[in-house]
Amino acid sequence: MLDIFDILGPIMVGPSSSHTAGAVRIGNMARSLLGSEPKAVEIGLHGSFAETGRGHGTDRALVAGLLGMKPDDLRIPRSFELAKQKGFAFSFRNVELKEAHPNTALLTISDGAGRTLEMQAASTGGGRIRVDRLDGIDVNFTGAFNTLIIHSTDVPGKLAEVTRELEQGNVNIANMNLCRAKRGGSVLMVIETDQKVPPLVRALIEELKDVTRVTYYEREDT
Amino acid sequence: MALDSMQEIFDATAAGNKQFWEVVLDTDMEEREVTAEQSMEKMRASWRAMLEADDTYQGDRRSASGLVGGDGEKMRCYAAEGAALSGEYLTEVIAAALCTGESNACMRKIVAAPTAGACGVLPAVLIPLYHRGDFDEDAIVRGLYVAAGIGAVVGYRACIAGASGGCQAEIGTASAMAAGTLTALRGGTCAQIGHAAAMALKNLLGLVCDPVAGLVEVPCVKRNVIGAVNAVSCADMAIAGIESRIPVDQVIDCMGAVGRRMPVEFRETALGGLADTPFGREVKERMREKA
Repeated sequence: MLDIFDILGPIMVGPSSSHTAGAVRIGNMARSLLGSEPKAVEIGLHGSFAETGRGHGTDRALVAGLLGMKPDDLRIPRSFELAKQKGFAFSFRNVELKEAHPNTALLTISDGAGRTLEMQAASTGGGRIRVDRLDGIDVNFTGAFNTLIIHSTDVPGKLAEVTRELEQGNVNIANMNLCRAKRGGSVLMVIETDQKVPPLVRALIEELKDVTRVTYYEREDT
Repeated sequence: MALDSMQEIFDATAAGNKQFWEVVLDTDMEEREVTAEQSMEKMRASWRAMLEADDTYQGDRRSASGLVGGDGEKMRCYAAEGAALSGEYLTEVIAAALCTGESNACMRKIVAAPTAGACGVLPAVLIPLYHRGDFDEDAIVRGLYVAAGIGAVVGYRACIAGASGGCQAEIGTASAMAAGTLTALRGGTCAQIGHAAAMALKNLLGLVCDPVAGLVEVPCVKRNVIGAVNAVSCADMAIAGIESRIPVDQVIDCMGAVGRRMPVEFRETALGGLADTPFGREVKERMREKA
């Protein structure tokens, strides 16, 4: 069923739940999954985002999300100025992506200290979003749950070690997905959880052998 | 309870000797694992955000295209003269729908209900009643559960996005939500809430989504007015004892079916309807040059 607060809500800055609120959430998701303060972004706008995005403030909404704002932040229309004050560089171009949802953005972000992230995400309606690709690997999650992204080498038993840490931290798994580009290469574990994942549990997972990076998105209030 | 049909809600009210809003509240508590207080606090925040959007309206703001802004203020001034054809309440409803719709187009904070494009309908029928003192905040918050319940059923059985089912899915659904809420606030029975929602949706069946230049501006803002005024008349009809001949769940299914058969030109693509008038195409061209 539908969350009644998806029907009466979100509380958001207009004008469009898909082109504005969803765009803020995409920016926010990318910021979380980079895991550090972003310094620069190149944003590709696809489909309807390219077509009508500027009139809907999609461009300003994406930057606002990258700066850490939520969809109800009245500073969204001024996000470009705020970004410039913070020394956060952004640029836009139109892109044509294969088999992508009409409201899709492709974000390439970096923190200026060596960390980068390429994320393709769609705004699927009513302010809801879906992440479709991370660093070239196909994924599928929405931010409706707390989401743990674990990068590791593709070796046997890694998943069991990760789930053990979650169990010990009393974190229940709602959905889980293993995504990889090729066998024996790097693998992404996308783990959606009911509870918040405490920093300590995340740190313990990051210390596991063959785990290269752990990032985390904490869902908006319930 | 899954809010899959209006009938299911009616049955739950009868079985538990509860009101419509209580059944929706129970469902939210179950689904999100929250207490009644937590749920109602969140609903209260939605209501306060609706009020704030109306309170902070300014007639000098303009939208991205420059086409939207100032009409809410014109209507408020006209309403203050007391000479409107519509009478006091309805004039205020019209003004409130314009104010919230314009605030949305001008990137102010609103509550999507069920979408941002249709955000003016529900607050427009409630705010004047609240300011008149007919209903206090608690009563309005209970009423909003009725709106959310109706919207959830429509979202499940049909659709609530213009891109999926045209404007009938947005303004039509918002109007059904508002009609049901008004009926509940005025002491209507569950059956009457259903009739009000059914009539409101039927009256807007087939309405296309044809935003000029693809922006939530023209004709969206003024369509919030028809959604709100339609809701008031349907609530009055339902309370007067007038019934929808077609059961509400069948009306909702029908809206979904009409939406699915609607050509893509009329589903938010800005390729048909008012968007495809000479004026509409001109605005689109102008916006493209600006970008």
